[in-house]
Amino acid sequence: MAVMTYREALNQALREELRRDERVFVIGEEVGLYDGAYKVTQGLLKEFGAKRIVDTPIAESGFTGVGIGAAMVGLRPVVEMMTFNFALVALDQIVNAAAKLSYMSGGQFNVPIVIRGPGGPAHQLAAQHSQSMEVYFYHVPGLKVVRPSTPADAKGLLKSAIRDDNPVVFIESETLYGIKGEVPDDPDFTIPLGQAVVRREGRDVTVIAYTGMLYRALEAAEALEKEGISVEIVDPRTLRPMDVPTIIGSVRKTHRVVVAEAGAGFAGMGSEISAFITEQAFDDLDAPVERVTGANAPMPYAKNLERAKTPSKEKIMAAVRRVCYANGS
Amino acid sequence: MREPTRDQALRIYRTMHLIRRFEERVAECFAAAEIPGFIHLAVGQESVPATVCALLERDDLVGATHRGHGQVLAKGAEPRRVMAELFGRATGYCRGKGGSMHLCAMDLGVLGTNGVVGANLPIAVGTALAAQVRATRQVTVGFFGDGAANTGAAHEALNLAAVWDLPVVFVCENNLYAEFTPQAVHTKGTSIAARAAAYGMRGVQVDGNDVPALFDAAAEAVDAARSGAGPTLLEAMTYRWRGHHEGDPMAYRAKDELEAWRAKDAIPRFRAWLVERGMLAADEDERLVGAVAAEVDDATEFARRSPWPAPEAALEDVHA
Ligand SMILES: Cc1ncc(C[n+]2csc(CCOP(=O)(O)OP(=O)(O)O)c2C)c(N)n1
Ligand SMILES: [Mg+2]
Repeated sequence: MAVMTYREALNQALREELRRDERVFVIGEEVGLYDGAYKVTQGLLKEFGAKRIVDTPIAESGFTGVGIGAAMVGLRPVVEMMTFNFALVALDQIVNAAAKLSYMSGGQFNVPIVIRGPGGPAHQLAAQHSQSMEVYFYHVPGLKVVRPSTPADAKGLLKSAIRDDNPVVFIESETLYGIKGEVPDDPDFTIPLGQAVVRREGRDVTVIAYTGMLYRALEAAEALEKEGISVEIVDPRTLRPMDVPTIIGSVRKTHRVVVAEAGAGFAGMGSEISAFITEQAFDDLDAPVERVTGANAPMPYAKNLERAKTPSKEKIMAAVRRVCYANGS
Repeated sequence: MREPTRDQALRIYRTMHLIRRFEERVAECFAAAEIPGFIHLAVGQESVPATVCALLERDDLVGATHRGHGQVLAKGAEPRRVMAELFGRATGYCRGKGGSMHLCAMDLGVLGTNGVVGANLPIAVGTALAAQVRATRQVTVGFFGDGAANTGAAHEALNLAAVWDLPVVFVCENNLYAEFTPQAVHTKGTSIAARAAAYGMRGVQVDGNDVPALFDAAAEAVDAARSGAGPTLLEAMTYRWRGHHEGDPMAYRAKDELEAWRAKDAIPRFRAWLVERGMLAADEDERLVGAVAAEVDDATEFARRSPWPAPEAALEDVHA
């Protein structure tokens, strides 16, 4: 085990997979000469050269399509979106080509591509640069969607994504690049896609959260412990395919659920999670599932409005108390 | 050769000073954590928006870029309300909800700065289409960068404007870099204006720091658009003095490159031109520079003492 940042863990995953499989290559804006806008690709150009670390013009639709074409004939591209907001420019290629080619071709083609980069709100970057982009992708059959929350997960999941034969949308967290954690050194360490993890054991209520909201949930759980409420926290890690059994297992144990997500609530991740909990574990519930979400509005720029729109530790605590019918402070 | 009138020339000169002073102040406020976010400053490039916008009427339209404070000020925006927006205050043009990358001023035809590179150009073509349909004689200017020139949106916009003969002027502020990537890495060849021929429109590459030369080219483009002769692709060669965004240490650029461009600063060059023509006396210059400085001080103080948006504003304006 080594302690490293989330950013370094991603870099190590890329480096190891580039070494392991010569079909893997990285393509995107500023990934080479500049070592990455967020330095995730630091040093890769130096080690692997310009044929495998490809700097592009500002052309998201173009270079995503290029990645898809290369993947269709056997390469394994890792496409970097400088921030995931710009993947909207490439949405047609991702949804209409990458996601559907296996199906449309009756299984002749597969598209082993990873589309990765930072997503989610950061600090006062305003409406076009603060989006929880996973919602645009997890609806689409044919795509796998990953949101890693820790350095070890970032590494293990990215390696699995690169080795996967399907298109994987891998959305990192801009605000987590600097967090540190223990990461296994074994070059064959991977974390399977589609596996959730229980981050914290508890008895009274299950909170489901990932990336930034996971950390708010952990803080909330510490504070609630003092009020006598024991919180279990499940991090889905992969949003599609979702590890339903792990979540249902936790619900059967605690009988109360709060889902926390940064994005707007309408048709958000919490909608889907509460739907399958209702379908599969209705009789186990002692309270309706609560969702803590961003407001149903674009992200405002002003600091006070951004704070008002964003779910917080306090909002998670309030939701937990509600599902527990507790009236803490 | 079309020359600016004295009024136009002094307006351009003043606007260049205003943009420079304003952007330098924004840099200070960013460093002091009074202004957050991604801030892209236009120091070194002031001549381009100042000159082009001096040719526009109030009801003409401008589609701005992420490096757009100068474009917005040049179109006539009040420094107070631009600064207040950057501070995220209720008195800003967008009530504090837009910020640097989403700065709109409808009354002045400012369609917005845009955080998505290239995305402003099809929108600019859309306002030009509306002007053509309604026969209003309005011209739309779509600003973009050398990096934006390679987006699909830019190609689509240029072709649409050309094939429909729309009243639009595409102004490429070619500062030789897209973020940290030099032009030679992202584009084959050294002329974006040369692409105009393939789209079937006029294309001109001009020294963007040479105000009279730029004025001449821009005046022809604006007149052509206004008189129904269709779009022009005007490429103004210039250079940004500061980082891509505030906080960028600029390790990817040679220092002498920056020094060489500083020596080509448009402001003293145009001052010399004005003085040579007897349009600017030394005391007038001093007064003008002092007035601009006072205006920026006033804008900053206004922003500082302006209120935050009311919390309800977070959920307002989602729909019309
Ligand atoms: C579609 C899209 N891709 C990437 C970015 C990130 N980005 C912001 S500014 C920029 C460079 C733009 O270069 P250029 O058009 O030359 O304008 P300049 O910054 O030089 O004024 C990039 C890549 C973005 N905002 N939008
Ligand atoms: Mg540029």
